[in-house]
Amino acid sequence: MTVYAAPGTEGAIASFRPRYDHWIGGEYVPPANGQYFENPTPVTGRTFTEVARGDADDIDRALDAAHGAAPAWGRTSVTERAIILNKIADRMEEHLEELAVVETWENGKPVRETLNADMPLAIDHFRYFAGAIRAQEGSISEIDGDTIAYHFHEPLGVVGQIIPWNFPILMAVWKLAPALAAGNAVVLKPAEQTPTSILFLMELIADLLPPGVVNVVNGFGAEAGKPLASSSRIRKIAFTGETTTGRLIMQYASQNIIPVTLELGGKSPNLFFSDVAAARDDFYDKALEGFTMFALNQGEVCTCPSRALIQSDIYRDFLADAVARTEAIKQGNPLDTDTMIGAQASNDQLEKILSYFDIGRAEGAKVLTGGHRAELEGDLAGGYYVTPTIFEGKNEMRIFQEEIFGPVVAVTEFADFDDAIKIANDTLYGLGAGVWSRSGSDAYRAGRAIEAGRVWTNNYHAYPAAAAFGGYKGSGVGRENHRMMLDHYQQTKNLLVSYSPNKLGFF
Amino acid sequence: MSDDVRPGQAAGSPPARVAVTDDAAALLVRLRDKHGDLMFHQSGGCCDGSSPMCYPDGDFITGDADVHLGDLAIDSFTVPVWMSRSQFEYWKHTHLTIDVVPGRGAGFSVEAPEGVRFLIRSRLFTDDEWELLRD
Repeated sequence: MTVYAAPGTEGAIASFRPRYDHWIGGEYVPPANGQYFENPTPVTGRTFTEVARGDADDIDRALDAAHGAAPAWGRTSVTERAIILNKIADRMEEHLEELAVVETWENGKPVRETLNADMPLAIDHFRYFAGAIRAQEGSISEIDGDTIAYHFHEPLGVVGQIIPWNFPILMAVWKLAPALAAGNAVVLKPAEQTPTSILFLMELIADLLPPGVVNVVNGFGAEAGKPLASSSRIRKIAFTGETTTGRLIMQYASQNIIPVTLELGGKSPNLFFSDVAAARDDFYDKALEGFTMFALNQGEVCTCPSRALIQSDIYRDFLADAVARTEAIKQGNPLDTDTMIGAQASNDQLEKILSYFDIGRAEGAKVLTGGHRAELEGDLAGGYYVTPTIFEGKNEMRIFQEEIFGPVVAVTEFADFDDAIKIANDTLYGLGAGVWSRSGSDAYRAGRAIEAGRVWTNNYHAYPAAAAFGGYKGSGVGRENHRMMLDHYQQTKNLLVSYSPNKLGFF
Repeated sequence: MSDDVRPGQAAGSPPARVAVTDDAAALLVRLRDKHGDLMFHQSGGCCDGSSPMCYPDGDFITGDADVHLGDLAIDSFTVPVWMSRSQFEYWKHTHLTIDVVPGRGAGFSVEAPEGVRFLIRSRLFTDDEWELLRD
């Protein structure tokens, strides 16, 4: 067990600046309007730094820097770009522990997750796209003996990216790595709840990237996000967040005729078929862990397995074991490596979760465990903590249909395969799903029948590079985490070449 | 949470689907001074989702995919409240009250820079209300 010292206190392995400006053109640039906003840590609720409050002027300056850098960056060889991405990965690896502590302080998540998941995945993501861009090839089509169509990949130019707060560094890297590999320059706006850790990373890798290739402007969505998303000077906008803002971003994009990629969340079903309980063995134990994954990252994951569907004949026993597993979750100081669940990212997030406890109870759902705010002691008393919660109810209830984004799972039972698929697909979303069965063919059929972009089969919440991630239905447009993401950041240039000396004969 | 500012409905007419708390209404007065006429669109999905988004009226284009839930009467002006039609199918049995809490993130919603966040409080319609709404 290790308890890391809070950043800025004695013995801490990382500390923050008292104030952060925008990162534009490879250096810190104060906001044009001179304004800053406070950044509290969810761990204690207390402010630890202040951050530039950007607006349209700052976005313009960042776009200037990006447009200045984009042509040369787009002409670098893929070898050079891959070397730079690998160097970024190496630098992050050398500072993994610092980055993990910084990310935990910023977001409230347990340090065991940032040490073992967020940072290793972010590092690997740069390496994956360093490899992917080297291996990417254009294509030719032989139209006829004398006519050839050549297809080249070209960068889009300058792109905008709006990052969520649930995995501030990892989600930024999911978008940055393919965009940079493909030769684009980026203007990135972090979430206003988590504006700092990305700047910590930018400082760490400042000497590795040419100035202006990545620019970070912080601020509120209405003041900084909107001018970025609606700018006529970006060639693409990528967004992870919720549906209304997703639609709004598409509306802005339509005005400039640019592509969007959107990742807009889900209400992911996690299906447990009867044969899961055929033995009390390692697999059964793994399935119980799979159920409990709803509490990973405090439930603040777009693919949180927030609907557990359990076959009727094992329902009572499996659910009793699942409740016991959930009650064994250790909540506490996120900087303690033994802590399994930390703080919700913000006060309004906490309030929203509590409001869903009200509506869940009002609709008649039964609380099997949790259902309240967790009151922690000492420094943590001001933090935003929720006890992991299991509701039992029906799929038409709002707690089964809406993304609560907290450590809350809604459980119901199903009779047979068809019933399971019907319930699983009775949702507006289709981002993730889980299927648990000892039968390979049942699991396969269920996975193919569920309308979701990612179906974890006998596992959950793994996010390796090379496994495509993205949504069906209301969950968005596009795929991340896979080399196909390069296509989202590239133009196709076709040269259609005639090698024939003969005219067509039309004129 | 403070009391609804919305007056009660006349007997026999369908109940309002949306209401607003005093605190949220006071905030809307200040926001309107700054941004002009306003609108709400109820969001779904992750991160800041499942929350009401407040925009300058018309900034978010609504269409056949949306349901107009009602208009909040605030002093001398009204604020329309919208929700996507698909989401409404799952929400229609609940009455919604727009409240405000201290907070931070809000997508592009205009209140975030004030250090507050609009929040939806829900209750089930009573059987009597539901009868009138279904008519």
